Amino acid sequence: MDSVTPDLIAAAGTRLSLVDCDIHPKLAAPEDLRPFLSRRWWEHLTTIGPRQRHGFHKGVPYPKAQPLACRRDAWPPGGGPPGSDVPFIREQLLDLYGIDFAVMNPLAPTGQGDTNAAFSAAMASANNDWQVEAMVAAEPRLRASVVVPYEDGPAAAAEIRRRAGDRRFAHVLMLSRTAEPMGQRRYWPVFEAACEAGLPLGIHVFGYSGWPMTNGGFPSFYLEEGVEHAASTQALVASLIFEGVFARFPTLRILLIEAGFAWIPALAWRLDRIWEKARHGELQDVREPPSAILKRHFWVSTQPVEEPPAFADLETTLDWIGWDRVLFASDYPHWDFDDPRQAIPRRLGEARRRMILSGNGRAFYGI
Amino acid sequence: MTLRVDCDVHPAVPSIAALRPHLDPFWAAHLAERGFDGLESMLFPPSAPTSARADFRDAGGRPPSDAAAVGASVFGRHGVDRAILNPTFPVTMLFNEDMAVALARALNDWIRAEWLDRDPRLRAAIVVPLQSVEAAVAEIERLAADPRFVQVLVPAMMPEPPGQRRWWPIWRACARHRLPLAIHAGSAYRQPPTSIGWPGHLAEEEAAQSQAFQSALASLVTEGVFGAVPDLTVVLVESGVTWLPAFLWRIDKFWRALRPEVPWVDRPPSAIVRERVRLTAQPFDAPDDPATVARILSMVDAPHALLFASDHPHWRFDGDDPVPPGFPADLVRRMLTDNPLSTYPRLREAAAWTA
Amino acid sequence: MPRHVVAPAHEIPPGTRRRVEVRGHGVVIFNLDGAFHALLDRCPHMGGRLSDGVQTGLVESDRPGEYRWSRPGEIIRCPWHAWEFDIRTGRFRCEPDRFRVRTVPACVLSGEAVAAEGLDATTVPVTVEDAYLVVEL
Repeated sequence: MDSVTPDLIAAAGTRLSLVDCDIHPKLAAPEDLRPFLSRRWWEHLTTIGPRQRHGFHKGVPYPKAQPLACRRDAWPPGGGPPGSDVPFIREQLLDLYGIDFAVMNPLAPTGQGDTNAAFSAAMASANNDWQVEAMVAAEPRLRASVVVPYEDGPAAAAEIRRRAGDRRFAHVLMLSRTAEPMGQRRYWPVFEAACEAGLPLGIHVFGYSGWPMTNGGFPSFYLEEGVEHAASTQALVASLIFEGVFARFPTLRILLIEAGFAWIPALAWRLDRIWEKARHGELQDVREPPSAILKRHFWVSTQPVEEPPAFADLETTLDWIGWDRVLFASDYPHWDFDDPRQAIPRRLGEARRRMILSGNGRAFYGI
Repeated sequence: MTLRVDCDVHPAVPSIAALRPHLDPFWAAHLAERGFDGLESMLFPPSAPTSARADFRDAGGRPPSDAAAVGASVFGRHGVDRAILNPTFPVTMLFNEDMAVALARALNDWIRAEWLDRDPRLRAAIVVPLQSVEAAVAEIERLAADPRFVQVLVPAMMPEPPGQRRWWPIWRACARHRLPLAIHAGSAYRQPPTSIGWPGHLAEEEAAQSQAFQSALASLVTEGVFGAVPDLTVVLVESGVTWLPAFLWRIDKFWRALRPEVPWVDRPPSAIVRERVRLTAQPFDAPDDPATVARILSMVDAPHALLFASDHPHWRFDGDDPVPPGFPADLVRRMLTDNPLSTYPRLREAAAWTA
Repeated sequence: MPRHVVAPAHEIPPGTRRRVEVRGHGVVIFNLDGAFHALLDRCPHMGGRLSDGVQTGLVESDRPGEYRWSRPGEIIRCPWHAWEFDIRTGRFRCEPDRFRVRTVPACVLSGEAVAAEGLDATTVPVTVEDAYLVVEL
């Protein structure tokens, strides 16, 4: 038996000031966005509605494991969906775990990836207004992310510039499943504006590329979709590195969110092997080993934390990634939530645990 | 006699002229009339450095395309005494089902006549036209009587995920004839080589192969293929290997939460994979440092999982030793002999017969 | 282990469950067709409260495409990662030998017996006519 005794000691133990780089706020109702949308786009939202690169006006290609993909205990007692009620977020997350910096990554409806570029831009901007006015204003431990209409580079850059200098925003948010691999030039205005604003880029899994969910076709199950997010994130990392994004934007810092992390070493080794053979040919513009670029420009969030049967394998994996590159994320209020007391266990050692739960996040966000 | 087996060697089709004698007369004439002069996959452009190491190329600079040249390398320089040919000639990419069937038959017959008949140390995979499940099964049935065909070959990026039920008749034919299913780097190109679209570089497409193997395994496991086809063994060829542990941790974790979606998966995916899946060890995505390699080998359960392969003539290593650095001698022995013999029943039977 | 009176038995009718606190531990008590089963209210995975989870049945299968549904109400799924636990045994459906929720012995005693044994009934007023749920923790 791995654990049948309550880990109450851990719960009552050292109270860290945690940094949580992934929580999901939710509109209580679409009307919450209305003050921030022009009449034209409010009417669009309520008549045509979001148009993602898939066929589901209602529903999603892979129905979730639980309602709204949320913890069943995260529904606010006063009503509304999980993530919509600030006092309940306080009670169930911020106060309970001692989190004093939680980055919100709104997911839907944010307009990200919408096929209507102008609607996408209006929705992104409205979401940013809503985050700061409805959420951060009510609870200053919450931070917003700059939601950008990333399929339209110049519009996304304009939105970043609009928010530049506003400390209520912690990072720029993109989703992993872009319409084309993320290193391609159509996305460079996003990177340029993020660097200019001094904001890191958070890339959260999901979104709809319009392509099959795997490079071998559409899978059948939600289970496969979940597993596949790691694979599509691997593809976007390869694209960013091989397209030369970091040579062009040397100050760009990227946080990969909710893709897990254990796959990073193998990807780095693979890209290095490929680069060694192509560095004088196709990849002659990539001047250093991909692993070095990855190490310098990428950080990764912990959730969903891998749970290898041998604990030593987790430690070895973190050795390979670098303990300073890993930031705690809870994914609250989603069902695959990680409890910081269990996901980042004490057996990792107090110093390393503090880095993941707090120090690395502080350094990354400049808190 | 202790057999030493190279589980991944690539015979290049030199030109459509080589296949022509093996094509049905209509197709030979028809393809000639249309100016059809062969196929190459975007993943393996013949002149790209990775497609063939410089010293393995023929006088014209092309990947080696005859049994003598390939034999000189794999048997002469790598010290093995059996080699399994995996033709990457991309019949699966075509959209005309009948054309694909005709070319798959010609390809397999060419392999038999120009390779297997010329060198008794060679074995081969059956290439199947995935455009039609019925035709793919028929091709396996047509060739199964020849014990020199030891596996069935499909690309990692199938037209649809390999676990889906439409494919099961092919996997059942594999099991019926004691032919492991070899999933090899490559694509039928029914979708872009990444799940986020068409990448800008061959290098990205090479990188994306390991993602395809992850998705293919996820499909085979979640769809319940290993339970439905109990005698099927799967060999992942040219996968890069080291992505496997992180993938298994992730899929085990999702399975613990989502079992009711796939209730036929009654034990951890990692346990199923460990029992039924093997991987060829070249390329091996790892640093040279022996301590790191040792950790990785333990995580992938190397003594049971890995098969020796040179991936000839692809450029994966320099010199004459295809074994990645840091592999201990007893592991190499298992990879060369024990694991191939336990993976490939037909190799075992032929070995007994030879002895 | 000491026994504690946690509720009048009739307050947890068949098909319902209740969370109670015993000596600082959460315990969730299920009534399955008149039989009481108690589990520690803490998922052995990450600590989610099982009493906030969904109570469901068991799906089993011998082959892909087959969904055999049985034992409605006898499985509790953690509200977080949806791990399935057998209410009767506490065992995790996926890896029963690796993870289990601690089961807590539970029985029904008459008010008379409760009084005769002098059990801890600080949170539940006891009368001799009624029957009470008692857990051992």
